[in-house]
Amino acid sequence: MLELIIFSTLNGVLYGMLLFLLASGLTLIFSMMGVLNFAHASFYMLGAYFGYQISRYVGYWPGLVLGPLLVGVIGALVERYGLRAVHKHGHVAELLFTFGLAFIIEELVQMIWGKVPVDYRVPDALNFPAFTLFATNYPAFRIFMLLMSVAVFIGLLLLLTRTRIGLVIRAALTHPAMVGALGHNVPLVFMLVFGVGCGLAALAGVIAGPALVTQPAMAASLGPILFVVVVVGGLGSLPGAFVASLLIGLVQTFAVALNVSLADVLGKVGITLTRDSFGGDLWMATVAQVAPIIPYLLLVLILIFRPKGLLGDRDT
Amino acid sequence: MKQWKLKVGLGLAMAMAFAGSALAQIKIAYVDPLSGGGATIGEHGLKHLQFLVETINAKGGVIGGQKLEAVAYDNKGSPQESLVQVQKAIDAGVRFITQGNGSGAAIAISEFIAKYNERNPGKEVLYFNYAAVDPVLTNDKCNYAHFRWDANSDIKMAALTNFMKDKKDIKKVYIIGQDYSFGQSVRTAANAMLKEKRPDIQIVGDELHPLLKITDFSPYIAKIKASGADTVITGNWGNDMALLLKAAADAGLQVNWYTYYAGGAGAPTAIKQTGLDHRVYQISEWHTNVPAPEMEAFADAFLKKYGGSNHQGWWYLRMKNEMEMFAAALNKANSADPKKVAAALSDMKYKNALGAEVFMRPSDHSLFQDMYISSFGSGTKHDEEGTGWGWKTVGVIKAQDTVVPTTCKMTPF
Repeated sequence: MLELIIFSTLNGVLYGMLLFLLASGLTLIFSMMGVLNFAHASFYMLGAYFGYQISRYVGYWPGLVLGPLLVGVIGALVERYGLRAVHKHGHVAELLFTFGLAFIIEELVQMIWGKVPVDYRVPDALNFPAFTLFATNYPAFRIFMLLMSVAVFIGLLLLLTRTRIGLVIRAALTHPAMVGALGHNVPLVFMLVFGVGCGLAALAGVIAGPALVTQPAMAASLGPILFVVVVVGGLGSLPGAFVASLLIGLVQTFAVALNVSLADVLGKVGITLTRDSFGGDLWMATVAQVAPIIPYLLLVLILIFRPKGLLGDRDT
Repeated sequence: MKQWKLKVGLGLAMAMAFAGSALAQIKIAYVDPLSGGGATIGEHGLKHLQFLVETINAKGGVIGGQKLEAVAYDNKGSPQESLVQVQKAIDAGVRFITQGNGSGAAIAISEFIAKYNERNPGKEVLYFNYAAVDPVLTNDKCNYAHFRWDANSDIKMAALTNFMKDKKDIKKVYIIGQDYSFGQSVRTAANAMLKEKRPDIQIVGDELHPLLKITDFSPYIAKIKASGADTVITGNWGNDMALLLKAAADAGLQVNWYTYYAGGAGAPTAIKQTGLDHRVYQISEWHTNVPAPEMEAFADAFLKKYGGSNHQGWWYLRMKNEMEMFAAALNKANSADPKKVAAALSDMKYKNALGAEVFMRPSDHSLFQDMYISSFGSGTKHDEEGTGWGWKTVGVIKAQDTVVPTTCKMTPF
């Protein structure tokens, strides 16, 4: 039991931190520009593919730096020449713009790299078990993923709370007009934030690509979870996104380990249910089986009972 | 001068149109995942079909010189999308459909085609299933237009459990599978058969996970490890098999694996990574180290032409049986009319590339053939995916011994 708890915690925290790398950018962009960027997970995918392509020529490590930089620049360009042009037509237009962009990126990726997963390998330097506990190995690459995301989190925190640009960003979050009146170039700040947000997503892609699977469906499979994280954490709240990422990472991982079903619970209080009872599989499905939809259940509950999200301060 | 050019142009166009129709007369639609989680095996399956079509055409085609043509349709692994694609194929004039990946999609296609045939007499469509093995397809939900070239899931589980019966080191078994009709039938059969043949075995886990959606199996591997299982039974295929084994390799999980599809894309590479030498078993109708010169040469030729950078070789003898029997049926019927082809296939006996007799049972259209249990490891003649490891036969079940009763009731067109 103890080993299951330890490894589930490690896996859960890792998954949560990965979600945070994506959610941090998404929530910053949202709170600043009011744009829910549907294409955010697509930049994560682009990061993985760029990292893969670069790693084929010069190895994994240059890809880790160049991939996110490239995607960050692309993100900034998208903001400068796409979103800004659409902005004057209002938020719905912006939303639709990012929605379309997600499909375009997916199609482009399929055209360039094919529909089949690419062979993105863990670098040799990290291809060994980091430690062995209860006769189970924990891969070094996963430790690296964990450390990278923690480093980014701390870096982001310092940037926002300890630097001048962070001060401007935080001010622009709540009072963009005032920041503009003080002589700061707010559109430039927007472009930078969008670019950095996309770069962070790409970084997540480069570190997740080899461990998970680099394929055209990776954006579509992660996108919805991201919105859950952002809503549960509270739109626009960075600490909220952090808490929600970890929460969802842990909940999903631990749910897999649980074999309890509704029938078991009701059985304890004397109600016997089988597959043939009205409702059928509903009673028999274990928590493990429904693990993938638990985050969405959380989303629905949060929206009903606490629309601001865990740490947010404005209504969704 | 201009007119001359025009005439030549017209003539060329006509010649090309004529050649086109002469080259591509009998189309077979391949409806399988070419994107999404099943794409890896879907793409490779398509190469199988193309290679078979090329081989048959190179030998002079069918019905005195007509050519076969494979057309690909991407069903994205989903039953709903399969129906859209089958309809598209039918609209394009295709009368023969083949599909294999996923019993969910297979059941949908089979029911769709049964209805279509009922409503469109004289325009029948046939469905050749090379890999979807849910038993209902040839029992309660059977259909005269559906033909299956693989042994059903219960037959495979019976063979595996018969083999496990004598393995005294098996004490704790973990069953993991994909959450849809096929995964459920594997788990049911495994539970029932183990209970009957080895009541002393403890089933320490019985798990279903979402189909082709999971990219990280580590939480499941942690659970298997914690359960203390010494053996895992799984019907997983495609990415679900490769990634499950990959996660097991990363965690260093030391168990025996009894599988249906550990031969598929990426799985052999992952097994090599686990270091489990001859501890991963597979039940299949063939593997590369079954001694048969004709088949070995064929598999080598395929590997050379379509193996690609991953060195992925030939997987499906069943698809070779399917296409060769299809060609034989076309020749026997001397027509590409699906009605006549179905009649010719319905009770066909065929000597396949291994030199073994296989036969189609007319009462439910399932093909019976010898089945091989093999283990993956070192010291084999042919290897998989350039790993240096390959499959070795550890047990053979003769075609006659795989025959199981059927509840199928179907009527010819």
